[in-house]
Amino acid sequence: MGRYVIRRLIQAIPVLLGATLLIYALVHYLPGDPVQALAGEKRVDPLLRELIREKYHLDDPFLVQYWNYISGVFQGDLGESLTGRAVTDMISEAFPYTVNLALVAFIIEAVVGVLAGVMAALRRGKFLDQLVLISTLLVISIPVFVTGFALQLLLGVKLKNDYGIDFFPVSFHEEDGLRAYLLPAFVLASTSLAYVARLTRTSLMETMRADYVRTAVAKGLKRRRVIGRHALRNALIPIVTFLGADLGGLMGGAVITEKIFNMHGIGGLLAQSVYQKQGTVIVGMVTLLVVIYLVTTLLVDLLYAVLDPRIRYE
Amino acid sequence: MTTVIEKNSKSGRLEVGTPLLEVRDLHVEFHTRDGVAKAVNGVNYSVAAGETLAVLGESGSGKSVTAQTIMGILDMPPGKISQGQILYRGEDMLAMKEEQRRLIRGQKIAMIFQDALSSLNPVMTVGAQLGEMFRVHQGASRKEAKDKAIELMERVRIPAAKQRVGDYPHQFSGGMRQRIMIAMALSMEPDLIIADEPTTALDVTVQAQVMDLLAELQAEYNMGLILITHDLGVVADVADKIAVMYAGRIVETAPVHELYANPAHPYTKGLLRSIPRLDQKGQDLYAIKGLPPNLLKVPAGCAFNPRCDVATDLCRTETPKLHQVTDKDGKELTGRRSACHLWKETLHG
Amino acid sequence: MSDTTTVGSEALSGDTGKTDPPKKQKTERAASLWSDAVRDLRRNPVFLIGAALVLILLVMAAVPQLFTSGSPFDGDACDLANSLKRPSAEHWFGFDVQGCDVYTRTVWGARNSIIVGVLTTLAVTVVGSLLGLLAGWVGGITDSILSRFTEVFFSIPLLLGGMLIMSMLGKGNAYTVSLVMAVLGWPQIFRIMRASVLSNKYNDYVMAARALGASSMRITFRHILPNAIAPVIVIGAISLGVYIGAEAALSYLGIGVQSPEISWGLMISDASARFLTAPHVLLFPSAALSITVLAFIMLGDAVRDALDPKLR
Repeated sequence: MGRYVIRRLIQAIPVLLGATLLIYALVHYLPGDPVQALAGEKRVDPLLRELIREKYHLDDPFLVQYWNYISGVFQGDLGESLTGRAVTDMISEAFPYTVNLALVAFIIEAVVGVLAGVMAALRRGKFLDQLVLISTLLVISIPVFVTGFALQLLLGVKLKNDYGIDFFPVSFHEEDGLRAYLLPAFVLASTSLAYVARLTRTSLMETMRADYVRTAVAKGLKRRRVIGRHALRNALIPIVTFLGADLGGLMGGAVITEKIFNMHGIGGLLAQSVYQKQGTVIVGMVTLLVVIYLVTTLLVDLLYAVLDPRIRYE
Repeated sequence: MTTVIEKNSKSGRLEVGTPLLEVRDLHVEFHTRDGVAKAVNGVNYSVAAGETLAVLGESGSGKSVTAQTIMGILDMPPGKISQGQILYRGEDMLAMKEEQRRLIRGQKIAMIFQDALSSLNPVMTVGAQLGEMFRVHQGASRKEAKDKAIELMERVRIPAAKQRVGDYPHQFSGGMRQRIMIAMALSMEPDLIIADEPTTALDVTVQAQVMDLLAELQAEYNMGLILITHDLGVVADVADKIAVMYAGRIVETAPVHELYANPAHPYTKGLLRSIPRLDQKGQDLYAIKGLPPNLLKVPAGCAFNPRCDVATDLCRTETPKLHQVTDKDGKELTGRRSACHLWKETLHG
Repeated sequence: MSDTTTVGSEALSGDTGKTDPPKKQKTERAASLWSDAVRDLRRNPVFLIGAALVLILLVMAAVPQLFTSGSPFDGDACDLANSLKRPSAEHWFGFDVQGCDVYTRTVWGARNSIIVGVLTTLAVTVVGSLLGLLAGWVGGITDSILSRFTEVFFSIPLLLGGMLIMSMLGKGNAYTVSLVMAVLGWPQIFRIMRASVLSNKYNDYVMAARALGASSMRITFRHILPNAIAPVIVIGAISLGVYIGAEAALSYLGIGVQSPEISWGLMISDASARFLTAPHVLLFPSAALSITVLAFIMLGDAVRDALDPKLR
């Protein structure tokens, strides 16, 4: 097991470096004027251009620039926005909202998704199964922002105006506490929820047909135990790994959700920077999100080894 | 209704010869998109305590489906039992409630499967899987169950059982995994064990070891054993009587030695001829021509007729009954039956 | 697998007694998988509906004039006097804030979405398949390098990477978006192809073909490719839907297709500010987008079910 862990860790490092290098390279080598990109939409006069080129070492060879950037990252410096604010400050301000949102979304998608999938698998072919299949298909197809608006309209506005139920705030306000997170979290979780439900359904259906489940039945065990102790334990492995990977992705995917609900989390910050064409902020944030994603992927792989003993000895 | 178990009060074991299982006129079908496949067409056999019945046949002969129907683990759609009875100690299991059958399953009748690697739960330790029987069926504590598991592993001769009880199935060799399956089947000291191709996936030397173990355990516990296989070589040492199956029917039954010496059905004859023999060096290997039939469209008359060297017109039109086989003088030979119109010629001629 | 299914499937594939040479049987079995799949698909309502929708959309993208008179690019297409008018008999979807007919814009918007979906999928499939085949078949160092390379790309989520690159590029259009998504999306197909090649490479019949002297090329095309194609098709169809959704998301954020080009994402973005007072402007492009994505995913789903031998 130890060897597996170390091997995975070692494998992760070049990927990490590669990803950050790729991001940096993408930004650096893209057509267009890097100075203009950094300056956003403001006009750049020659003097300002000189200053910018110096400040950001734009005349140094690419790898040197990359090295400066990366070493800065490791020291916690992600550069500055156009207005001079440290990107790290902006991020730490926005972070808690996104983390909370991601966590609530995660719980929703895990609990509801798995339950729906299990029920669908156990009642294969019957009404419940078809219902789950169709509803998940719809949810996956309807893009996040449409779901967001639709739910905002239905649960936020209509409920309030027509029925006087003011439970789901249309816009995010911190004072509302947990309630404020519910609707956006549900929107954020919706696509993943659908995937989890389908994955659970398929995984459990397949596991139920496995030979060792047949053995468990032949041992005279009760159906509940066969499903709970033998089938599910194996079926949940791919789902747990998916959930783990998704958690990392949730933080990045919150962009649209945060924009719809007017939240000032990482996603909102990112959307804003994109709109304002703040190059440094974008690069800094994307780098951070990618790092988070890679770390969660690594953790998920390790988790997989814990759950499936066969992997440990590879 | 509860099933009453009589055991010899002194040794705790069943009396040899007590009838255990009787399959009567069993018919099992599969309803598929392409039609109805008749997998089992009127099978009759029985096993008594201490007795070993070998069920012989190629893939598709219905031998495994019959076994799984006895255990009650067949997927019921698409499978369907259209006719027949399965009597365990005189009571028809097919008429029982599922809850009753479940109590018999694993505790009174146990099954060993072919591929131990896929038949054992990959994420549970071997000790947990063995111990599960004691915890669920006997209310044992975790520690008690573990001790019993170790005991069982030692009984089936797995070395270093105490250290290995926490290992996972993939960490054992094929032969040892099969022993673990045997141990699991034995754990509740069942009356009857059904072994479905227990050695097919193993090397020849390991095969012999596993079969010896089975025979030994059977003798010790006076269990009945149904051995399902397609391998004639494996059967010779262990079985008392053999039932040969083809296309869902039994085509011949006989005590083991008589079958090998004097088969009374062309199919059995063909099977025996196909075994490579050392004293036939240099000659072409024999194989029964053709392939087993499509169970959606079983040939009319005797199902074997397209492949049979001596088939007559009668064979193509009329399905043969299971005839009682007699010797040349007409005296009935006990336990010998053949489903062939030409059994006399096959046996005596 | 359970013995009953072995019994069932072996019994069902038994023949009349002739023995075919093994190779022919294998290709016959593969061919029968496809013909069975096609037969299943023809009866599957999910597939039929999805395919019909996709066909309509393709036509709409190619020839929007068939579905609506006039073009949103005409000089007189928009009249401020009509601003935000509700749907009516002559104008099914009503008007947007600038007085442009929403129906016409929606119909013409199909073009960009379909272009992005099709181009991206094509590029991703070609590049991913070729590299995946290479990595799987050749193995060794080539495989290691390619795999690490793709891992790097994989670690950048589609939307995020898209945002990053598109925002740097400034002006975007359907083609740049396609390119960007293709660059980020090819690893997915690479993985599938590579996995398929690896799992088939050591198959008995491939070994036999090699022993008989078949060249690598021949083996690849005749034996490995047909098996690998199935998951690629399924994932391809579903991903097409995903790419269309992603393009809409990017346009919604302002970094995809730009005005005066029409994209459903752009329409949704414009409409979102007033969605409480004039929901129809938001509703119709959203519905169009959803139905389009749904159609492709339904297609992919149905094909997957048809090709999955385990679900027969």
